[in-house]
Amino acid sequence: MQNRVVITGLGIWSCLGTTLEDVRQSLYDGKSGIIFSQERQDAGFRSPFCADIPSVDLKPYIARNQRQFMPEEAQYAYMATRSALEHARMDQDYIDQHEVGIIYGNDSVAEATMHALDKFRQAGSTAACGSGAIFQSMNSTVTMNLACLFHLKGINLTASAACASGSQSIGLATLLIRNGLQECVVCGGAQEANMYSVASFDGIQSFALRDVAAEASRPFDRERNGLVPGGGAATLILESYESAVRRGAPILAEILGWGFSGNGDHISTPNVAGPARSLELCLKDCGLQPTDIGYVNAHATSTRIGDAREAMAIAQAFGDYRVPVTSTKSQTGHEMWMAGASEIIYSLLMMKNDFIAGSINFHEPDEETACINVVPETRAAHFDTFLSNSFGFGGTNSTLVVKNIE
Amino acid sequence: MTRNEIMEQVNELLANEFEVEVSEITPESNIKETLSLDSLSLVDMIALVQVNYKVNIPASDLPKIQTFNDLYDYIESHLPA
Repeated sequence: MQNRVVITGLGIWSCLGTTLEDVRQSLYDGKSGIIFSQERQDAGFRSPFCADIPSVDLKPYIARNQRQFMPEEAQYAYMATRSALEHARMDQDYIDQHEVGIIYGNDSVAEATMHALDKFRQAGSTAACGSGAIFQSMNSTVTMNLACLFHLKGINLTASAACASGSQSIGLATLLIRNGLQECVVCGGAQEANMYSVASFDGIQSFALRDVAAEASRPFDRERNGLVPGGGAATLILESYESAVRRGAPILAEILGWGFSGNGDHISTPNVAGPARSLELCLKDCGLQPTDIGYVNAHATSTRIGDAREAMAIAQAFGDYRVPVTSTKSQTGHEMWMAGASEIIYSLLMMKNDFIAGSINFHEPDEETACINVVPETRAAHFDTFLSNSFGFGGTNSTLVVKNIE
Repeated sequence: MTRNEIMEQVNELLANEFEVEVSEITPESNIKETLSLDSLSLVDMIALVQVNYKVNIPASDLPKIQTFNDLYDYIESHLPA
């Protein structure tokens, strides 16, 4: 007997807003969260664009001695998780009495590591790194900080799977809850947004070039020429259906299935077979037909090859059915370690509010992306099941299907 | 650097780092209690002294430094020439 896995809370800190209502409105309006960064241009970036993410002030919530352990993305994740727990009506008393776990996506802590080592080299003393440096500079910094701050006593695990990290965290939590090993897991993804975290990524000429910042991220469009780095954090509270009912929690949706695969191929260039297998395995896991899916939130980051290969994978998995597809990265840029989680939230907000947010800047496909049905402008749409793709460097693929619960 | 200068500057640095009011720091008060230091944040105090005064406080000397006065004394007597 497998448990049904439901989503009972959402929280987000993103360039589209820091409340669900603001994010919903930004999605609906086709707002771009992308800006020109003079700092990056001056520092020597090839592409000067990035997402505009509100900074966090944790002083009202967390004492100095605990804030010391939190790099940028842990701060975003804390704010998103506070909101998600509140949304799920899960208070500290409940957490203290139950085994709540955390699986969160994160795959770098570049700035915190750099600052600590700069201090070490400058002072010639390891003590100069400060007491927080070791805890800030590990990939598991988000889960270690949040587990201590919220007193989480269940599984405590970081998913580091490049740009599929957030999605893989939800998939792993789904498996644990399905199998009865955990009743409730805090999931999500966090992404540092400072320029140091993506300098080397810009260095391999993966980022977009364009005159206007808001037009730089243009997934599936024929003029796309690279991604725009984003960041922030997104948290989902996953629990068994029985647990949610017992708590009287708001049940928003159900995770119907998870599919995953590896390309076993090139480190940065994706193929079609790997992503297609992830999609197909996910549909099989759900026991659904392609026509049961009302909307696909694509991984598409606005790179030439990545978007083309994903379009072919979607076309292969969906056959003659031209499912509506968009990439919310057209508005947010690429939220990387966070994207797999935030894009579930974006898609859920659309599903709950009966619209599909248009893939902004999509004007015309090229020969390779013409095989799918990209929705260019926001439109009213009722659907009760969506599919979300996340793919990452090294050929790690993850696909989730989520069904609405009224 | 006079003792008064050391006291004023150290108090300012510690208040800023550990988020307390300068007025809470008095020469005879206990450092750990006043600044809410645990075993980890104590390292930040050592680093602050090292970075600002080039004075290294080895672990073996820490028991001697209980009050702020003890800390001023330690810095004053170990300042590089």
